[in-house]
Amino acid sequence: MIIQESMLVQSQREIAHNIFEMKLQGKLVQEIQAPGQFIHIRVSEAFDMLLRRPISIASIDQENDEITIIYRAEGDGTRSLSKRNEGDRVDVLGPLGNGFPVEETNAGEVAYLIGGGIGVPPLYELSKQLTAKGVTCVHILGFQSENVVFYEEEFKALGETHIVTVDGTNGTEGFVTTVMQNLSEQFATYYSCGPQPMLKAVQEMYANKKGYLSFEERMGCGVGACFACVCQTTERAEANYIKVCSDGPVFPAGVIAI
Amino acid sequence: MNRLSVELPGLHLKNPIMPASGCFGFGQEYGKMYDLSLLGAIMIKATTLEPRLGNPTPRVAETPSGMLNAIGLQNPGLAGVMENELPWLEQFDVPIIANVAGTETADYVEVAKVISTAPNVQALELNISCPNVKEGGITFGTDPLIAEELTAAVKAVSKVPVYVKLSPNVTDVKEIALAVERGGADGITMINTLLGMRLDEKTGKPIIANVTGGLSGPAVKPVALKMIYEVSQTVDIPIIGMGGIMNVQDVIDFLSAGASAVAVGTANFVNPFVCPTIIEELPGKLDELGVEHISELVGRSYRS
Ligand SMILES: Cc1cc2nc3c(=O)[nH]c(=O)nc-3n(C[C@H](O)[C@H](O)[C@H](O)COP(=O)(O)OP(=O)(O)OC[C@H]3O[C@@H](n4cnc5c(N)ncnc54)[C@H](O)[C@@H]3O)c2cc1C
Ligand SMILES: Cc1cc2nc3c(=O)[nH]c(=O)nc-3n(C[C@H](O)[C@H](O)[C@H](O)COP(=O)(O)O)c2cc1C
Ligand code: FES
Repeated sequence: MIIQESMLVQSQREIAHNIFEMKLQGKLVQEIQAPGQFIHIRVSEAFDMLLRRPISIASIDQENDEITIIYRAEGDGTRSLSKRNEGDRVDVLGPLGNGFPVEETNAGEVAYLIGGGIGVPPLYELSKQLTAKGVTCVHILGFQSENVVFYEEEFKALGETHIVTVDGTNGTEGFVTTVMQNLSEQFATYYSCGPQPMLKAVQEMYANKKGYLSFEERMGCGVGACFACVCQTTERAEANYIKVCSDGPVFPAGVIAI
Repeated sequence: MNRLSVELPGLHLKNPIMPASGCFGFGQEYGKMYDLSLLGAIMIKATTLEPRLGNPTPRVAETPSGMLNAIGLQNPGLAGVMENELPWLEQFDVPIIANVAGTETADYVEVAKVISTAPNVQALELNISCPNVKEGGITFGTDPLIAEELTAAVKAVSKVPVYVKLSPNVTDVKEIALAVERGGADGITMINTLLGMRLDEKTGKPIIANVTGGLSGPAVKPVALKMIYEVSQTVDIPIIGMGGIMNVQDVIDFLSAGASAVAVGTANFVNPFVCPTIIEELPGKLDELGVEHISELVGRSYRS
C-alpha cells in the first residue's frame, strides 16, 4: 500500500562531493516489497518547490522501520533536502513503483549489478538481498571521478566490485562497458540502473542475457495518474507508452525503446 | 442538513470538491488510497475518439509555485474509457464529469454522444482549451463563434448537461463565456492552464519536449480568481472554478469570487489526500466564517 508519512530523519551525512546519505524512519518501511522501489519526497513545506522528488530506496531495515536514501544535491530541491538535520521530519509518499525481481536469480547463480552515478544506490539493497539468498553478486559501478565515488567499501563487503571512473582517478578509466568487456559472460542475470546511454550500452552488450533495467523520467504524481512519466516500448503499436512511476521504474531488458 | 451540498445542472454534489481533469487519471490510482465516494464529483481525464499517445517526454517541469505540463491528452480513446474505466468507477457513489476533447467538431460530437450514455456520467466538460495539442484544442476555445457552434453541436447530442472549459489564454474571457452560454452551455469550468515555458539553465533549451506547456498550481490562482470574478458577473450559468487550489482557504476564495464548486488539480500531486482533507476541513471553516450553508459564500466578493 502507498502511504504518505512524515518520516523522521535519523541521520544525514555527505558521503562524497555533493552526495548525501539520509536515513529515514517510519511505518511505510513495512510496505516496501522490493529493492528498486522509490519514494517521492516533498522538499519544501511551502508551495514554492511544488513537485515531489523521486529518490530510490538504497537500503531497507525493516526491523528498525528505517530506510536509507542516497542522493545528489544538484538542483534547488535536493539542495534544500540536504539541509535537513537529524530529528527533522520529511513528507514522504511511498513505496512507489515496482522494483528489481530478486526471485529471477537462484541461489548458487551469479548476478551482475551494473550502476552508473546516482543510479548506484538501489543496487545496494538489491545486492544485500541477492547475497543473503546465496547469489554471487559482481558489482560494476561507474562514476565521473573519484570525488563522487560512494559506498565502495559497502559493495566490496558483499562481493567482487569493479569501480570505473571517466577520468581514471579511481579504478579503471572509462565506462562500465570498459570493464564488462573483460568480464566473463558466465552469469545468470544482470540488473542495471543509471543514465539512459549506459542502460542502452549494457542492454546491447548483453543482448542474449536476462536483464532488468531501472529507468528515470520526470514525474508529476508518481502514482500513475498524470501520464507525465511515460516512455515508449519497443512494440511500436497503439497505446505503447508505459509509465515509469507505476509500471516501472524497473523493466525487463528489451521492453523500453532506448 | 448537509451544509456542503451543491446543486448544479445534472449534478447533486455532497460537497463542492472534485479532482480536476487530467490530474486524477480515471480514478484508479487515488482509489487505492481513499474512498472516492467522499468526493463531490470526479472530472476524469480527457477522452478523445481514438486512443492518443500524447507528446514526447519530458512532459512536465517545475516552475516557481507551479508546474508546466504538456501531456498531450494521452488517453485510451472512447471505447477504452467506456469499457475499462467508467464501469470500474460505478462502485463508488460519486458523479462523474467526462472531459471531452477532439480535433474537429465531429470528434467532439461522437465522443459526447456515446460517453453521455454511461450510467455514472452526469455531466460533460468540453475541453476546448487544451494548450498542448496542435490542431483543435485551443482554437475552439479562443474564437467565440467556433466555441458557440461547438457547444451547440455537442448540446444537441448529449444526454447530460454540458459544461464548457474555458482557456485563460485569451484577450477577453468574458466574450468566450458569453459565446458558450449562447451555444447552450449549462455551466462553465475555468480555468485551464496558461501557456508558458521553462529553459534549462545549462543548455538554454526548453525543458518540455513540446517546447511550451500549460502552467498550473498556486502561481495561476490570482489569474483564475480574476477571471471567475469577471465571468460570474457576466453570465447566468454556474461556474466550477479551478487553478491553483491547494487548501481549504483557496476553496473559500474561489467561491467568494463566484464559483459554485471547485476542482483541485496539481495539488493532488503534492498531496494525494488533498481532496478528502479539504472536505473534512470545510465545516470548520464555515463555522469560522459564520455561515450555515456553503452556498452563502458564492460571489460574496461582489455582492452587496
Ligand atoms: C525513479 C527515480 C529514482 C531516482 N533515484 C534517485 C536517487 O536514488 N538518487 C538521486 O540522487 N537521484 C535520483 N533520481 C533523480 C532525482 O529525482 C532528481 O535528480 C531530482 O528530482 C532533482 O531534483 P532537484 O530539486 O535537485 O532538481 P531541480 O532541477 O530543482 O528540479 C526541478 C524539477 O525537475 C525534476 N527533475 C530534475 N531532474 C530530474 C531527474 N533526473 N529525474 C526526474 N526528475 C527530475 C525534479 O523532480 C523537479 O520536479 C531518481 C529519479 C527517478 C525518476
Ligand atoms: C498534468 C495535467 C494534465 C491535465 N490534463 C487535462 C485534461 O486532460 N483535460 C483538461 O480539461 N484539463 C487538463 N488539465 C488542466 C486541469 O484540469 C486544470 O484546469 C488546471 O491544471 C488548473 O488547475 P490546478 O492549478 O489546480 O492544477 C491538466 C493539468 C495538469 C497539471
Ligand atoms: S508521474 Fe504521474 S503517471 Fe507517472
